Amino acid sequence: MTEFTTFEHDVLVIGAGGAGLRAAIEASAAGVSVGLICKSLLGKAHTVMAEGGMAAAMANVDDRDNWKVHFSDTMRGGQYVNNWRMAELHAKEAPDRVRELEAWGAVFDRTKDGKILQRNFGGHKYPRLAHVGDRTGLEMIRTLQDHGIHQGIEVYMEVTVVTLLKDGDRVIGALAYEREHGRFRIFKAKAVILATGGVGRAYKITSNSWEGTGDGHALAYRAGAELIDMEFIQFHPTGMVWPPSVRGILVTEGVRGEGGILKNSEGKRFMFDDIPPLYKDQTADNPEEGWLYTQGDKNARRPPELLTRDHVARCIMREVKAGRGSPHGGVYLDIAWIKEKLPNAEEHIKKKLPSMYHQFKQLADLDITTTPMEVGPTTHYIMGGVRVNADTQMSTVPGLFAAGECAAGINGANRLGGNSLSDLLVFGKRAGEHAAIFAKENSSGTVDDAEVDQAVTNALAPFEREGGENPFALQHELQDTMQDLVGIVRTESEMQQALEEVEKLKERSEHVHVPGNVDFNPAWHTALDLSNLLTVSEAITRAAIERKESRGGQYREDFPAKDAEFGKINIAIRKTDDGSMQVSRVPIPEMPAELKQIIEEMG
Amino acid sequence: MKATFKIRRGDREHGEMVDYSTEISEGMVVLDAVLQIQSEQAGDLACRWNCKAGKCGSCSAEINGMPKLMCMTRLNTLPVDEPITIEPMRAFPIEKDLVTDVSWNFEVKKKIKPFKPRPPDAPDGTWRVMQEDIDRVQEFRKCIECFLCQDVCHVLRDHEKQAEFIGPRFLVYVAALEMNPLDTEDRIADLRNEFGIGFCNITKCCTKVCPESITITDNAIIPLKERVVDEFYDPVKRLVKLFRKK
Repeated sequence: MTEFTTFEHDVLVIGAGGAGLRAAIEASAAGVSVGLICKSLLGKAHTVMAEGGMAAAMANVDDRDNWKVHFSDTMRGGQYVNNWRMAELHAKEAPDRVRELEAWGAVFDRTKDGKILQRNFGGHKYPRLAHVGDRTGLEMIRTLQDHGIHQGIEVYMEVTVVTLLKDGDRVIGALAYEREHGRFRIFKAKAVILATGGVGRAYKITSNSWEGTGDGHALAYRAGAELIDMEFIQFHPTGMVWPPSVRGILVTEGVRGEGGILKNSEGKRFMFDDIPPLYKDQTADNPEEGWLYTQGDKNARRPPELLTRDHVARCIMREVKAGRGSPHGGVYLDIAWIKEKLPNAEEHIKKKLPSMYHQFKQLADLDITTTPMEVGPTTHYIMGGVRVNADTQMSTVPGLFAAGECAAGINGANRLGGNSLSDLLVFGKRAGEHAAIFAKENSSGTVDDAEVDQAVTNALAPFEREGGENPFALQHELQDTMQDLVGIVRTESEMQQALEEVEKLKERSEHVHVPGNVDFNPAWHTALDLSNLLTVSEAITRAAIERKESRGGQYREDFPAKDAEFGKINIAIRKTDDGSMQVSRVPIPEMPAELKQIIEEMG
Repeated sequence: MKATFKIRRGDREHGEMVDYSTEISEGMVVLDAVLQIQSEQAGDLACRWNCKAGKCGSCSAEINGMPKLMCMTRLNTLPVDEPITIEPMRAFPIEKDLVTDVSWNFEVKKKIKPFKPRPPDAPDGTWRVMQEDIDRVQEFRKCIECFLCQDVCHVLRDHEKQAEFIGPRFLVYVAALEMNPLDTEDRIADLRNEFGIGFCNITKCCTKVCPESITITDNAIIPLKERVVDEFYDPVKRLVKLFRKK
C-alpha cells in the first residue's frame, strides 16, 4: 500500500465555522489533543455570513424574557417535532455562551445602560438577538478564531475529508486531501466531531457558498449514522433577486426587525392577509402596532413580516405566482419608509444595517435608504442532519459526534432566525466536551489500509478517464432538479421524478472527467463534492416523500394541511447493508410534564 | 456580449497570462466571470472564494492592477471593451493561478497578545460598556481579513519586510485590542520592538483599498504611533523611568 502522512489527535473536528471552533476550544480545554480541519482558510466559513444575531434569553432589553419563553418559541417555530431536550438545553445555556463570547473579546452593540443589546427577530416573542450591526456572524467567528489560536489546537487549513475511517463499529479517523497539492492525509482520532454546515449547494438559488455540499451529512450517512428531518429545508424569505449574478444572496431578517415591510406590486402589505392560527394572538393586526413593536413598545405585538421564515417565504411565493410580484420575480422589502417615522432615518439605517446598505449599493446600484429592495426566497439552511444524543451530541455511531447545522433536532420543522448562532455555541461546546470524554475513555483504533487505498483510488479516478462529463455541468443539473422538483412547494409526482433524475446523475457522476493535475484543482474538488450532494439530495427527496403533510419547511401541494400523526414522528434515513437508502419513521419521545406545562403556559 | 479576461495561470515559478473570452451579462462581477470560465473552459483554474458577498474576504486579487475583492467588483465599473487582467496578490507567494500563500498572516496574528479583559463589572460575570466607547473598536472589527491592505503596503510589497513589520491588517488588529475599554493587556512595547510600527510612513494606500472602508491609517495606525511616542519618547516619562530603574 501507499504510505500517507498521518496525523494523530484525541479529538478531530471537521469544519471550522462557529460549531467546529467552539467544539475545538472546549475539547482542548479538557486537556486532549485537538485537530481542526477547515475546508477553506480559517475564519472564512459560512458562519461569517450570519447577519442578524444570536438568540439568548438574557432579558437585557425586555425583562419578561427567560429560557422558558425561548424554549417555547423554539418549539412553536419548529412545529413541535423538535428534539425537546435540545430545545431546552439550548434555551437554558445560550445566555452563558453569549457572555463567554464577550469574555473572549466579542464587541456587541450595547443598550443605553451598557449591557449587550438585543433585537427583535421572527418568531421570538421578545427582543432576544445579541448582535453587532448586521455582521454578527463575522464577530462570532473572529472571536472564536482569535481565542482559539491560543488554545493549542492544531489547525489544518484547506483540507477536505473524503471519508471517515472505521474500526469495527467505531469511527476512528478520516481520510482527507490538502488543497494546494492534492496530497492525501490520514487523520487518526479517538473521537471525530462533524461540524460541516449545510447543503445549500444542492439548490440553484442559495445563500450558501461553494462549501455547503452536505459533506458531514454524507460522511455520517456512509459511516452508518442515522440522519433525521432531512425534508425540512429552510427557504429564507428574503434573498436578493436582481441582478442575476447575486440571486440568492441573503438579505438579513434584521431589515424587518428594524421596521422593514413587505409589499407587492400593488403596494399592498400582503403579510396581513394570512396570519396562521398558531400565531394569531401574538401578531399585530394593524401597521401602527407592528411599527411600535419594532421600536420596543412592550405592549405592541409583532408585525406579520416577523412571522416564521417558512410562512413568510410561502406568502412571497403566493404573491409572485398570483402575478403581484416585482419585475424580477420577487416582492418589495421596504426599509426606506421609516423616514416617515424617524427624523434621521438615513443614518439610522446605515448604522443598523451597514452591510445591507453596502451590499445593495455595490451589487445592485440601489440605495436602501431611499428605494425598496427586490427580494425572494433562497435556500438557506437545513434543519435536518445527523441524529444526535441531545446531551452529548454523539451520533448513532460510536465516536462520531455532530454539532451545528449538520446535526439535527433543535430546530424541528423550521428554525427561528438567531437560533443558529446560539445553537453552534451551545452544542459545539457540548460536542467538544463529550468528544473529549469519549476520547479519554477509548484507545485509538486501527486504520484499515485496504479501505484507505480503495478510497484514494476512487478519489483519483476522475483523472484517469478520458472524455467524461464536466463535474460543474453535473452539479448545475442537480441544482436545477432540486430547485424545480423538491423546492418550496412539493408534490409526490415531481419528487418521484427528482429521484429518477438523481439516480441518473449518480450514474453519470461515475464518469466525470477532470482536467489538469491534483494541485489546487476546483474541477476535481467539485467532482468529489458531487457524491455528497447526490447523497443528501436523495435523502431530502426520500424524506420529503415520506412526510405526507405540510409542516414548517416542508410544504406539500398534495397534502397542504398539517397532520397530527406526523407531528408524533421524525423521518429517519439510514444506509442499509446492500447500500440502498432506507427511510423509516421514528416516534418522538414523550415530552416531560414540566416542559409541556411551559408550552401551555406560554400559550 | 463577450469580454476577454487575461488571467495569470501557473505555479510559483512559472506563470503566463492566458486570454479567456466569455459571455457577460447585466450585474455580473469579476468573480462571476472567473467562475464561469472555470466551469466552462478551465476546470483547474484555481481561485479562492466563499461568500460571494464581500463578507469573507477570500477572493482578493489584482484587477487591472488594482487590489480588489473579485466578488464586489462589477464589470460595469471596468472597461470591458479591452481585456481585463486578473492577477493574484503580489505581496504573497503564488500557490497556483490566482491563489496565494497567505499563511504568513496567520502566523503574525499568533504573536499578538490576546484579549485580556478586566474583571467583570457585575456579579453575573458581565460588563457595562457604553456604545460610544466601542464605536471605534467596532469599526476595526469590521475587518474581513482579505489582506488587500497587506498586499498594497509598500513595506511588505516592495521592501519585503515581513520579518520585521506586521502590516496594516495587524496594526488594525492591535488597535482593536488596545482601544477596547475592557482590555488590560499592554502591547505598546511590542508595537515598537517587534511589530515594526515605525516602518509605516502613512502613505494611506491601505486605507484606499480597504473593502470595508476602515480608516486604517487615521483611526488605527496614527493613534498607535502616538501611544508609542508617548510611552518611549516623552521626555517626562523617560525621566520617570530612569528614576524607577534606580
